[in-house]
Amino acid sequence: MINLEVPKKFGFLIGQAHQVAAEVMRPNSRKYDRAEHTYPKELDMLAAVINGMNESGALSGAGAGGATRGSSENGASKNGATGDGSSGDGSSGDGSGDRASGDGASTRNGSNLASVLSVAEVCWGDVGLLLTMPGQGLGNAAIAAVANDEQLHRFGGKWAAMAITEPEAGSDSAAIRTTATLDGDEYVLNGEKIFVTSGDRAELIVVWASLDRDQGRAAIKSFVVERNNPGLKLDRLEHKLGIRASDTANFVLSDCRVPKENLLGSPEIQPKQGFAGVMQTFDNTRPLVAAMALGVARACLEETRKRLEEVGTRIDYDAPPNSQSAAAAEFVAMEADYEAARLLTLQAAWMADNGKPNSLQASMAKAKAGRTGTDIALRCVALCGAAGYGEGELLEKWARDAKILDIFEGTQQIQLLVVARLLLGKSSSELK
Amino acid sequence: MSRAQQTLTDRSMAIGLRALNRFAGSQVVDRLGLREPAERFLYGASKTTVRTAAGAGRTFAAAQRLAAPARQPTTRPSGLFDLTPSDEQRMLSESVRDFALRELRPAALEADAACAAPAQLLTQSDDLGLTMIGVPEELGGAVGERSAVTAVLMSEALAQGDMGLAVACLAPAAVSTALSLWGNEDQQATYLPEFVGERIPAAALAVLEPRALFNPFKLETRARRANGGYVLSGVKSLVPRAVDGELFIVAAVLEGRGPALFIVESGAAAVGVEPEPAMGIRAAATGRLTFDDVELPASALIGDASAEIYAECIQLGRIGWSALAVGTSQAVLDYVIPYVKDRKAFGEPIANRQAVAFAVSNVAIELGGMRLATYRAASRADQGKSFAREAALARRLASEHGMAIGSDGVQLLGGHGYVKEHPVERWYRDLRAAGLMEGVLLV
Repeated sequence: MINLEVPKKFGFLIGQAHQVAAEVMRPNSRKYDRAEHTYPKELDMLAAVINGMNESGALSGAGAGGATRGSSENGASKNGATGDGSSGDGSSGDGSGDRASGDGASTRNGSNLASVLSVAEVCWGDVGLLLTMPGQGLGNAAIAAVANDEQLHRFGGKWAAMAITEPEAGSDSAAIRTTATLDGDEYVLNGEKIFVTSGDRAELIVVWASLDRDQGRAAIKSFVVERNNPGLKLDRLEHKLGIRASDTANFVLSDCRVPKENLLGSPEIQPKQGFAGVMQTFDNTRPLVAAMALGVARACLEETRKRLEEVGTRIDYDAPPNSQSAAAAEFVAMEADYEAARLLTLQAAWMADNGKPNSLQASMAKAKAGRTGTDIALRCVALCGAAGYGEGELLEKWARDAKILDIFEGTQQIQLLVVARLLLGKSSSELK
Repeated sequence: MSRAQQTLTDRSMAIGLRALNRFAGSQVVDRLGLREPAERFLYGASKTTVRTAAGAGRTFAAAQRLAAPARQPTTRPSGLFDLTPSDEQRMLSESVRDFALRELRPAALEADAACAAPAQLLTQSDDLGLTMIGVPEELGGAVGERSAVTAVLMSEALAQGDMGLAVACLAPAAVSTALSLWGNEDQQATYLPEFVGERIPAAALAVLEPRALFNPFKLETRARRANGGYVLSGVKSLVPRAVDGELFIVAAVLEGRGPALFIVESGAAAVGVEPEPAMGIRAAATGRLTFDDVELPASALIGDASAEIYAECIQLGRIGWSALAVGTSQAVLDYVIPYVKDRKAFGEPIANRQAVAFAVSNVAIELGGMRLATYRAASRADQGKSFAREAALARRLASEHGMAIGSDGVQLLGGHGYVKEHPVERWYRDLRAAGLMEGVLLV
């Protein structure tokens, strides 16, 4: 039965996430925006609490590690948190897999939906602090998606960052130059990685490297590198427009040796499978970044609404836009795009929970939420005037934070490209 | 005979002849080679007028009256986020989509030019039972449970064929749904049997008035109390199938109360009517209704002028227009995809260019958001939750993004999009309606 309300069973989870956002994130937002590169020690205690809640099942899938895929694509249902939507085998590792049935159909609201909801809620507090939440790196999502049982056991519970981008390869991740050469029982990694979120603070870095640069995309694999590996040298930390609470590291890998068991997924180069293995991670993480944008956008909308009402602006949903003040009409217009972005994101997560292929919907959600988050944040700054632009309030910070969400995990343009290729049935060589 | 005393039939005849006279005298018609099409159009128009005389003859009389008004039960919420339609919804929307693509789409071009839906199509659509969807089973309705979502899915499916024809098909359903939702036992007994019978009356829900910045909560059409009943005066704009209309539900301010809904039988009352063709949704045969102190019985008032009922009516109507925008936007997307893959420029399909491909992506993305927002508003209505906000958001998306999708549809076809060889120019015109129309539909 068609129902687009958030299920009641996630109420506790969202409530917890809201507490975290309101009590820990917000009070520290400005502090770590100013003190860039200072580790937010407040998060350690929070991480312990979250881990405790994860174990009790209360905060199931609250972070990046909670986003996992159904088994419809590539058979990568590994960590027990996913179910097969078509078979009725809904056993769930985190206790969040209730099903509703009726009319012969059934649906599942699981860890993907829980993750986007809780990530959005925490990012209502602060997106920069969420990005540096111990144990919740994007590398954790990659490990959750493609690691085997042995690797899950070895890497589970550790904070993992993701290193893809290089100076000469951003969105064009197939062009990465970092190489991995098998030498006995070890791979030897050489290359340079930039823009690694939490790269300095994480315990593990999932590094993308090519086994054979002549074989293109199919040869790109991901390798888990311990942060303290002597071959992994921190080059510098970036100074950024926003999300300053989160460290962004550049690394040089020089003869960086990792056990061959640290390769995630299959070591075989399968040209036919192409990029699917590594791109798989993104089907999980794009809705999460979309959810981050939703959190920031909602923070902006709530603050702006409060300030508009303080000066006597009344928002009337029944009155046509042109029958109310321009500010009220603009507010409703922003809310509408927020609603569209939000529902597209929930759709993508719901599909993942139900084992439906969701590449198209994940990219649509990321594209819409990414641009809408930035658009809303910037417009809210203008609506609130000096209070919006000044550092006395958080709106100007949110507007700076929001911009990254339309860039990382695939820029707006990359999402449009992914969507277009899927809609038009074009290969990457036809539609460049 | 004063204008006020003219019957609907007289007025529409007079207007038809006046229009004929003006057209016949126009040299532009000859210069542009429009003589034949214009005559065809006028032939259609005069036929319509004649048909009105026959159609307006129906009398609505109370059949079997229930002790209390019948209402459809609402659906039970499952509690989980779910985008899966029920089997019944899937079946209904599939058969309606089939009808829309097979029957409405091929008839759309001509119906748009003629400003009328072919009678045979309307009969076919009546056979689909659109007017029965919102009617309780004990009054002959077709569906067990009240569901705005079902109505949204069917509206969307119809508009995938053609928005103007969809409006023509759905107009009577808005009236039967309104009577089912808010009518008392007498009103239901008098009118609903006609909407579940063999020959469904042309009927419409008239809210919009002809002025800038129209707000349905600030109407100029007024009803004052007199002689134990009401006297209605005002003008309603872009009412579908107005000339043929046998029964209208009209929004008017009831003095001392606020906006309310009134049942107006066109045959009985002295209602002025004239065709009012518009930029789009022309197949809906839009017309303008004029009420010059029209006397209505006390039984004409729906829902005791409840403000909640009126607000709900407006909100459900807006969801309906969003649903149509979703359907027509889907038609645009489905049309431009093969076109841009097929059309070559500079030696390769234009779909290989990002500027073109990204436009297609954005159509799909905004359509996706608009559809989900529309479903959410309808689903909240079904669950008895407040939906004023969600209806407003869906409408905003349909208004802005629906319009942009209509524009992109033409743009992606370039010059070919601007000519009537392709349907995108019609969708461009139709999609503009979703942001300004009020009433007419009820999901």
